[in-house]
Amino acid sequence: MLTRRTLLAAGASGTAAAALSLSGWEAQAATPPGILVIAKQIDDIISFDPAQSYEFTDTEVDANVYRKLVSPNLANLSQMQGDLATTWDVSSDGKTFTFHLTQDSIFASGGPLTAADAEFSLQRAVTLNLTPGFILTQFGFTKDNVAQLIRATDPHTLVIDLPKPAATSFFLYCLSAGVGGIVEKATALANQQNGDLGNHWLTTHSAGSGPYQLTSWAASDHVILDANPHAATKPLIKRVFITHVKDAASQALMVRQGDADIARDLTPDLLASLAGNPNLYRLTTPSTTQMYVAANEGYAPFAKSGVRQAIKWAIDYDGIQKNIVPATWIVNQGFEPSMILGATKETPFKKDPAKAKALLAEAGYPDGFTATLDHFSEQPFTDIAAAIQADLGAVGIKVTLLPATESQVFTKMRARQHQLILSEWYPDYFDPNSNAQAFNANIDDSDHSTLKVVAWRNHFFNPTLTAQAAAAAQELDTAKRVAIYQQMQAEAWKDSPIAFMLQQNVTAVLRKNVQGFHLGAQSDFVRYDKTQKT
Amino acid sequence: MSASRGIRRLRAAAASVASIPITLFGLILVTFVIGRVMPIDPTIAIVGDHAPPDVVAHVRLELGLDRPLPVQFLIYLKRLAEGNLGHSVMTSNSVTSDILQYFPRTFELATAAIIIATLIGVPAGVLAAARPGSRVDHAVRVVSLTGQSIPVFVLGLIFLLVFYAELGWLPGSGQIGVFYEGTVPTITGMLVVDAALTGNWDAFQSAFAHLVQPALVLALYSLAYITRMTRAFMLEALGSEYIVTARAKGMPERVVLWRHAFGNISVGLVTVLALAYASLLEGAVLTETVFSWPGLGLYLTTSLLNADMNAVLGATLVIGLIYVGLNLFADLAYRLLDPRVR
Repeated sequence: MLTRRTLLAAGASGTAAAALSLSGWEAQAATPPGILVIAKQIDDIISFDPAQSYEFTDTEVDANVYRKLVSPNLANLSQMQGDLATTWDVSSDGKTFTFHLTQDSIFASGGPLTAADAEFSLQRAVTLNLTPGFILTQFGFTKDNVAQLIRATDPHTLVIDLPKPAATSFFLYCLSAGVGGIVEKATALANQQNGDLGNHWLTTHSAGSGPYQLTSWAASDHVILDANPHAATKPLIKRVFITHVKDAASQALMVRQGDADIARDLTPDLLASLAGNPNLYRLTTPSTTQMYVAANEGYAPFAKSGVRQAIKWAIDYDGIQKNIVPATWIVNQGFEPSMILGATKETPFKKDPAKAKALLAEAGYPDGFTATLDHFSEQPFTDIAAAIQADLGAVGIKVTLLPATESQVFTKMRARQHQLILSEWYPDYFDPNSNAQAFNANIDDSDHSTLKVVAWRNHFFNPTLTAQAAAAAQELDTAKRVAIYQQMQAEAWKDSPIAFMLQQNVTAVLRKNVQGFHLGAQSDFVRYDKTQKT
Repeated sequence: MSASRGIRRLRAAAASVASIPITLFGLILVTFVIGRVMPIDPTIAIVGDHAPPDVVAHVRLELGLDRPLPVQFLIYLKRLAEGNLGHSVMTSNSVTSDILQYFPRTFELATAAIIIATLIGVPAGVLAAARPGSRVDHAVRVVSLTGQSIPVFVLGLIFLLVFYAELGWLPGSGQIGVFYEGTVPTITGMLVVDAALTGNWDAFQSAFAHLVQPALVLALYSLAYITRMTRAFMLEALGSEYIVTARAKGMPERVVLWRHAFGNISVGLVTVLALAYASLLEGAVLTETVFSWPGLGLYLTTSLLNADMNAVLGATLVIGLIYVGLNLFADLAYRLLDPRVR
């Protein structure tokens, strides 16, 4: 029977055990010297297979594990440079690319990297056609023709024939995306199951030639990368430990206390609270992620051009940026992020309620109307949605907010059941075609369309913009290509139901002794290999 | 014991056992239907928002989402009967292996919390009832109210700020220090236990120190419930005639309190502790989030938000089993402890 004596004895022994144990714990002033500890939300990871990887964290990790034929110069993103390819030639019609590969690249397994591996990797991405597969199949590759079109002609030469012409930079930037990561053929095939070309195995393992190799991944817990002993350039830090810390406040505490070297997902208020800390510094770079509000033209009022324009003139872009997201977003009203070819720095729209009201009256809505606004139920979207509600309310559009999880918002948008939506977008690859097509091209507005991008999801059907997007993707002359995008931008500002508001500033807080960490404009531009702790 | 009483007890036990599969079937059916009718496209979790229509259509086919709902349910039941909970799209693992990985962490945390809550809550409740209206009683009430009224994530952040950031007495988020990550072989899945079993005492200290804060926060939450219930049970018992009789017979107050009164409330207390333990075992999502403790609660929530239905159903089934199991345990304990039932 439970007696007071047993209770007291148990309590005393428990306390003593705790005290004894804790006496051995000492607050760590710093993380271990050979390990870079990154606190980050990593529950988005689906797969590390380059043929499947498409989320922020897995593409970031893959960028440090796999090398590609070419990659943008991270110091000057408009410049493409060789990675595994030392040089490449393009035929005069822009349809044949010949890549000359390095002679001395070695996989983490110790096996040599040859053109056969590159041939295999690109062919398997097309054949598997998983989430990022369209980045390659949009050029006309199919599982039936890819063996003829992508081929290794000798151990260090890879020839790619495009089925249809494409702008050279467009194709090269697509090859530099995560899906272009070169996998070791022998390892992938040795681990394949049911003809999956190693997809299941590569989801949780790696077979690359980058500076790191994947040591372990525990979903919603951690990722461990260790230096690849055969890497062409040895990384300065031997192990990268990415720990899943979902709560931003916990991340802030960890980096402040020295239990994390880098905190990656801090909110503006936490950034401000850490600003004066002498042991920390902030790294910020503009990213390609943009925030927009879109009006579904399937809802009668938004079918009128005047109403769509009124929304653009009603929003207080500067006020939202300054008051809600001063450190983490900047104003951008173009459909291309500022660092991408063809982007504009113009911000033609300012808050002008009188003009917005006049446009509404002209469109037949002098007394306004009601609409719903779907948005993610997380910051900063909730605050920004409330600001938009106030701005639109001031011109007569009575907005009801519908917060929901990201999956719910995207499900509703893909079914075209929303009226207004506040969302974010990042390009699939670092080329203007990604956003130009997503926000402007709609080849068939029916439910059977084969292109259901953001324009289609909002019933935005503008044949001129659709044709221009296709033409720009095939234009070999870069100056002419830029001119097309600028024309498209002008037309989109006049007609599009999508009001671009903000562009993200990706931010991280680092310990002072951590140097060389590269925070990229996109997740696949983040690099760990030059990071060192002093 | 007469033969007819034995048969009655056997029947009662059989009825209890028979209700388990029916309860679990109902749980699976309701969860399955809710999962399928909620407005989230499960393909988004797999292929993302940017994927082209042909890839989305292919994944829908792979998931069997093109089939009628009853057919999907029957397929799931058939797989379940074979012991296959399916694969999680979020982790790429079988749901069974995920649960074996995530549940021991929650079990470790919940068990530590319930031990702390019981060791503090039960004596506190008894002492408060022994002197109602006294300073002890008021102090117990304040602590109980604090535990129940402050949201657990706020409490977690306060603990982190005070004991980790300001005082530096305890480590922060996570299960173990980075230095020891991967050094403890998995035996039970509970880091503290595994470190002790393998004699890795440095890792044990680190894991134990990491366990203290989340366990205390969770314990404080359960403590309030346990203390209040213990106090109420004790007040009721202390007003009983047998207590008056015991005191009239000159029994020392200590004996009256602990042997006569407490002995008689232990039956109800077992149910209270079992329910408190069950609610901790289902996964304290917010505590797990604040302390980056990758347990079952976090797994279930993440899966639910991504419509990863195999994972949701598997985790729900485990939680259902825990509740059923603990209820059965409480029932058996009730029969064992209460002579009237015997």
